[in-house]
Amino acid sequence: PSRAAKVLMVGAGGIGCELLKTLALSGFSDIHVIDLDTIEVSNLNRQFLFRKSHVGQSKAHVARDAILKFRPNINIESHHANVKDAQFNVDFFKQFNVVLNGLDNLDARRHVNRLCLAAEVPLVESGTTGFLGQVTVHVKGKTECYECQPKPIPKSYPVCTITSTPSKFVHCIVWAKELLFAKLFGDKNQDNDLNVHSKDGSSSKLDVFERDVDEDLDQYAQRIYDHVFGYNIEVALENEETWKNRRRPNPVYIRDTLPEAVKQNGSSWDCSNDHEEPSAMASLGLTNPQEIWTLAENSRVLLEAFKLFFEKREKEIGNLVFDKDDQLAVEFVTAAANIRAHSFGIPLHSLFEAKGVAGNIVHAVATTNAIIAGLIVIEAIKVLQDDYKNYRMTYCLEHPTKKLLLMPVEPFEPNPSCYVCSETPLLLDVNTKVTKLKEVIDKIIKSKLGMNLPLVMIGSTLVFEDGDGLEEDEAANYALNLEKVLAELPAPVINGTKLTVEDFQQELSCSINIKHREEFDEEKEPDGMVLSGWSAPVEKQINSNGENKSAASSSSARATDDTVEDPSKPGMKRKLDELLETKENCDASSSAQVVEDDDDCTMLDGNPALIKKKRLQ
Amino acid sequence: MGGDRGTEEELTAQETALYDRQIRVWGVDAQKRLSKAHVLVCGVNGTTIEFCKNIVLAGVGSLSLMDDHIVTEDDLSANFLIPHDVCMHGVSSRAEACCESLKDFNPMVRVAVAIGDPSLIDEGFVDRFDIIVVSCASLKTKLFINDNCRKRSKHIAFYSVECKDSCGEIFVDLQNHSYLQKKPGGEPEQQELTYASLQVWKFDLIFL
Repeated sequence: PSRAAKVLMVGAGGIGCELLKTLALSGFSDIHVIDLDTIEVSNLNRQFLFRKSHVGQSKAHVARDAILKFRPNINIESHHANVKDAQFNVDFFKQFNVVLNGLDNLDARRHVNRLCLAAEVPLVESGTTGFLGQVTVHVKGKTECYECQPKPIPKSYPVCTITSTPSKFVHCIVWAKELLFAKLFGDKNQDNDLNVHSKDGSSSKLDVFERDVDEDLDQYAQRIYDHVFGYNIEVALENEETWKNRRRPNPVYIRDTLPEAVKQNGSSWDCSNDHEEPSAMASLGLTNPQEIWTLAENSRVLLEAFKLFFEKREKEIGNLVFDKDDQLAVEFVTAAANIRAHSFGIPLHSLFEAKGVAGNIVHAVATTNAIIAGLIVIEAIKVLQDDYKNYRMTYCLEHPTKKLLLMPVEPFEPNPSCYVCSETPLLLDVNTKVTKLKEVIDKIIKSKLGMNLPLVMIGSTLVFEDGDGLEEDEAANYALNLEKVLAELPAPVINGTKLTVEDFQQELSCSINIKHREEFDEEKEPDGMVLSGWSAPVEKQINSNGENKSAASSSSARATDDTVEDPSKPGMKRKLDELLETKENCDASSSAQVVEDDDDCTMLDGNPALIKKKRLQ
Repeated sequence: MGGDRGTEEELTAQETALYDRQIRVWGVDAQKRLSKAHVLVCGVNGTTIEFCKNIVLAGVGSLSLMDDHIVTEDDLSANFLIPHDVCMHGVSSRAEACCESLKDFNPMVRVAVAIGDPSLIDEGFVDRFDIIVVSCASLKTKLFINDNCRKRSKHIAFYSVECKDSCGEIFVDLQNHSYLQKKPGGEPEQQELTYASLQVWKFDLIFL
């Protein structure tokens, strides 16, 4: 079956390279590959189809060329594009016998899931993080779709935790990245929650972060340092209520951390080579990214990085966005986060660790990807042979459970209350008098429901549409509607109103019933609205794993970055908990721990724990 | 390149950049030990080339390939390391044919062909390596090599792998192996494992 099959691979990265290799060796000869990314150095430890000389080039194209070197006669069409582009519509998907995902983000996965459902093409999903991985099969009507089990969305933190009461290092990173770095080097027109007022009335400026005319760079740097780590903390301390049950932060001033710096004037460090990327670490002779710097060292790095931005990269100031591959930005954010952490009694971290948090870096090795790629092809062949009784969801573990490192589990039937594949209506709690249509579209329709180009209707009135090809007056009308509160839309939205939301490209339509509510908890419900109704079929709630490496670093003050999150853990934890239920001496909460293997190796297919869910016939 | 580095030496900037994602999995110390390790692979086939790819990408100190069988058409169909544009079959050994591609995967790793016959590998020879992987060899050869690994004072890890159709097997002998196990919410604990030699283990096979 493989020779004749037409296969679509989405993603040519860690899993993609291994998968393309395995498909080629397995006799597949008609393959399309889509990937929007270009090659980076950090890819080369596992994306073996790429070389150092390829850095900057398209992954899809280079992967294709590399495969053709050892399999010159197969057909590979490579697309350097985003799978969410309009060209990859339902008709495009219909030409394939199976779709294989090797993606690294939830958003694209949901999009592909919907297109596969619409095109009625089977989908084999996968994901890896470090030593963990999984492969799942999704066939419309026969198994759950990818979204039948709600997937956790990237974590965001309440604004007050970031601005006033951090308790974890990640809070300090978010502050350093989204507030301080953004304020100093990013778009000046963006809203920012940093306190811009100075202590005395002597300064006529509105914004203490602005550099005075002819202000010496050293002085400017030190002034900012004292303001954010000293003054702002003192201001926060004035509010007794906040600190009743919390450790009080310590203000930090330059005169205490770097007494010698205060006396210096002018730029004294010799930043020799103009061709090399400016680096505060390099200037200061700090060579080990794994080392945890002292408060003094962090302070030096901060001041030095600050100065280097102004001295060497002035043109970029005002436009900079944090990028984990920007060494100077990473140094700045690490140092700033560490100084703040010190104030709040939070342990300091090395640049290496800080970079991982700030950049949402997913740890990865070649071997897991190779294993998962093999499993994907095995499932793909079953799908092509319509061998549905043997479809398996396979979990690749770090430690054996019941003597197995690879755990196969039978797929579940579709969830009858899945709004994606079973068209169940949803419920939205929202204050219709105060919430604008724009907020509902951004926070719920695009973000939670994952629609790309949504259309919103109330009864037969179209209140919003997204996409190209809109008439000028239509577009203007929609723009106006976005700014209106729900109750004041042309077709008013009040308690009990039903919204119909659609995305043509994804061929997804869903209803949202509105429930008006006035009060929302700022900490637990920071969005000011709550979506419910699509329920997981199992009793257990999926816990977001505290060890999740991919903790997102965006405060709720900003839109989330395209975060790379842990694909394998949440769903896997739930399934493993079920499997381990029947074993008495097994600690079900430590799903990935070594289990005593003096028990017999039982076949999972006969596991009674699975009987409570309907299995595939 | 690769091989010897002092225990105090840090990874180079190049290594840190290349190995960033995997260092986040197994840590810097493991990466340093990996870069000092010398691996021998006897028998170049579909299974062992997967291993070779992975260990080279990971940045092992050196990899030596021992397989003087001449490349055939069959080899080409199962091997992604042998390019089609260079006429290899009928001319090169399997080890030679795969060597260049592997070097390409990671220029920081020393990859070389080891000339010799696996059934004649003696004690002195195995001593050059920290890890030996054997495939496509007779049981007698595997026993001989495993035995030699065990005779040395340094622990030479021994792996034998075979794959046929959809079945595979792997035999592992790390002799006495100690490692640190992370405990949830606590200090890492020292663990000890004792492996049986192939000689001891093979008797179980007869009775299966």
